[in-house]
Amino acid sequence: MKLLTHNMLTSKIIKGVQQGYPLGITATKVDVKEVDFNPDFVSRMIPKLDWPALCKAAEDVGHSAELPKEVVPEYETNEEFLKKAHHVLLQVEVIEGNLVCPESGRKFPVNNGIPNMLLNEDEV
Amino acid sequence: MFPTPNTSHLTSESFNDIYEPAEDTFLLLDTLETEHNNLKALRPSVCLEIGCGSGICITFLAQLLGPDSLYLCTDINAKAVDAARATAEANGVLVEPILTDLTACLEHRLKSKVDVLIFNPPYVVTPSDEVGSHGIAASWAGGMRGREVIDRLIPRIPDLLSDSGVFFLVIIKENNQDELEQMMTKHGFRMSVVLSRRSGPEFLSVLKFCRLRS
Ligand SMILES: C[S@@+](CC[C@H](N)C(=O)[O-])C[C@H]1O[C@@H](n2cnc3c(N)ncnc32)[C@H](O)[C@@H]1O
Repeated sequence: MKLLTHNMLTSKIIKGVQQGYPLGITATKVDVKEVDFNPDFVSRMIPKLDWPALCKAAEDVGHSAELPKEVVPEYETNEEFLKKAHHVLLQVEVIEGNLVCPESGRKFPVNNGIPNMLLNEDEV
Repeated sequence: MFPTPNTSHLTSESFNDIYEPAEDTFLLLDTLETEHNNLKALRPSVCLEIGCGSGICITFLAQLLGPDSLYLCTDINAKAVDAARATAEANGVLVEPILTDLTACLEHRLKSKVDVLIFNPPYVVTPSDEVGSHGIAASWAGGMRGREVIDRLIPRIPDLLSDSGVFFLVIIKENNQDELEQMMTKHGFRMSVVLSRRSGPEFLSVLKFCRLRS
């Protein structure tokens, strides 16, 4: 699971949970994979992101050092910024661990890089 | 012509647990290819497949539309999302699978963001109690009129799709195309039939939905 994907996940579907966002990450295995840098793609994702949630996720997996705390103005033309965002969004990957609902503490396992967000019937 | 994604990493054993690409799958692939120019013109940023099975459809879409979009897919079958990850990897595209019911854990953050949504659902008419498994039966068991899973998704479509978003849905005749059209018209969508094909006892169609005012 890339941190870009993590940015799109909530546990709001759990009965009684208000926001369910952002999910905490406790990772036991994190990989960094080479992914082609595509500035257009990263620029298109920026406005769709919850940036504070991305910063928190990067921190949770120990890759926040380079990531700016805020989106810079005119990021589309700022290659340095886009490269840092690219790295955190697409190259850092959670392979094993848990996602944690911030309200209920419910854990969602990540196995083989895939988050298991399934709930039991009595949870929805 | 776009080549069908390579699925040679999946064995006949894999297909005991996940849906083996079949006529319905290929009709969806043909639809995406037919719609290639329209889809390119949309410049999609977010593409999502529900019920990815082997992952062949979302992989094909990623090959078709290239790396300027995010490709996500969901399934309720754990082996299917594993297979989808492997299929994307084997074909050199980035696809992010998530194990979830329909779009459950994505729909709040993806509100009005999905540009291309595809679903080849469990559409076979079966007893209702066969619906809802997390194994191979989930590939086909559609319950009453084959509509029980489709009908749970329909009300979520207006919130999910972006203004110019499109939704492709595979159905068979028994699913009642006219009624689906009426339901989606109420939600503000127009329907067209992209392709239809007979396959043994099944009369398959792929429906396309876009917002009325787009
Ligand atoms: C007909 S198969 C299609 C598989 C693949 N997309 C293809 O075209 O070959 C339907 C898929 O939907 C999945 N599915 C069924 N119910 C689901 C649900 N509630 N949420 C997510 N996926 C579901 C099944 O596990 C299966 O993989």
